[in-house]
Amino acid sequence: MNKKQKRLAFVSSAVVVAGLAVTLVMTALSSSVAYFYTPSDLAAADERPTNTIRLGGLVAAGSVAYAEGTEARVDFIIEDGAHSTPVTYVGVLPDLFREGQGVIAQGRIGPDGVLAASQILAKHDETYMPREVAEALKEQGVWQGEPPAE
Amino acid sequence: MTTQQTSFWTRYANPAAFQRLSARIAPLAGGGAVALFAVGLYFALIGSPAARDHGEAVRILYAHVPAAWMSLACYTYMAAASLVGFVWKHPLADVAAKSIAPIGATFTALTLITGSLWGKPGWGAWWVWDARVTSVLILFFMYLGYMALWNAIEEPTRAARIAAIACLVGFINIPIIKFSVDWWNTLHQPASFTKQGAVDGAIALPTWLLFSAYVLAFFWMLLVNMNAELAERRAARLEAGARPTSTLVAEPAE
Repeated sequence: MNKKQKRLAFVSSAVVVAGLAVTLVMTALSSSVAYFYTPSDLAAADERPTNTIRLGGLVAAGSVAYAEGTEARVDFIIEDGAHSTPVTYVGVLPDLFREGQGVIAQGRIGPDGVLAASQILAKHDETYMPREVAEALKEQGVWQGEPPAE
Repeated sequence: MTTQQTSFWTRYANPAAFQRLSARIAPLAGGGAVALFAVGLYFALIGSPAARDHGEAVRILYAHVPAAWMSLACYTYMAAASLVGFVWKHPLADVAAKSIAPIGATFTALTLITGSLWGKPGWGAWWVWDARVTSVLILFFMYLGYMALWNAIEEPTRAARIAAIACLVGFINIPIIKFSVDWWNTLHQPASFTKQGAVDGAIALPTWLLFSAYVLAFFWMLLVNMNAELAERRAARLEAGARPTSTLVAEPAE
């Protein structure tokens, strides 16, 4: 090997070794790298988690109920197609919060199985279109609605 | 190797020849960037509609998405230049890699800042620790670390060698950033512009215009930075007592 080939071999092996190390770390951490769990993940779990978790899914249609009175409490259900989890939250909701929208609720699951959320995040999809186009599509009945979030 | 193959490779290894060429290209890139920014900003701020879901906040996309592309592209160029500099010892490659770093860091900072501004109306939070956002923050620190290495090591050839290894090893982060939204559950949405029909033409137009402006601005800043770096090295050599004529020829390859 001449000097150039040696340098190339050195830097390639450094990158390969570092790549392997990162892959191993990411495989080991794959469950904690996930930003949120789904209701199906919860249903598949052996026991109910007692620590703070993030739960992601779609706001079930017709499930949103605003509590009477001054307290800004809202109850709704997060579903992922297969399973669903009830959520209760006191506070300001993000602008994109609505039925059928992907959301992530952070909080603890109580003994009654209801997730008491301390924060609600809206997860929007990757489609961007002007309002007028969306309204025109709705009028023509072509609008397919929100594609299911994962 | 034939002479034709070596000619392009070696011609601009001579800093003087490179500086003559860049003196012609830099004003074109800078002027083009200014013109594209003017047209692009018009379409981004005035000549485009509000979006479903996002409303007027969609305009943040026009600054955010091209900056994010640039942050990845700059690192890729920096890694390619580092490889050429480390393995083939091309004298301008190290200068290029060193000159890209602050530009890439700026685009990454712009990505993080505009992302945070968009995160509040879009997601409901200024900052989240999901895989996409966190991996881009790591990219920002890698740019800073790369620049710190250059500053910490006095001798340029040694600094170039060590910084190149760090840069190439850190390249692993680039595919992680790109595919983070596919590999894990993230709050950040998956790729839009590579997905057929996901982005309406009225929203794609300002994005592409501003991306082109960013690209030309990148080349302009790169040429200015490289010329400054070459001038600095020549000044250092003159101070060290080297004869002025020796600065006009390319440094030996080995």
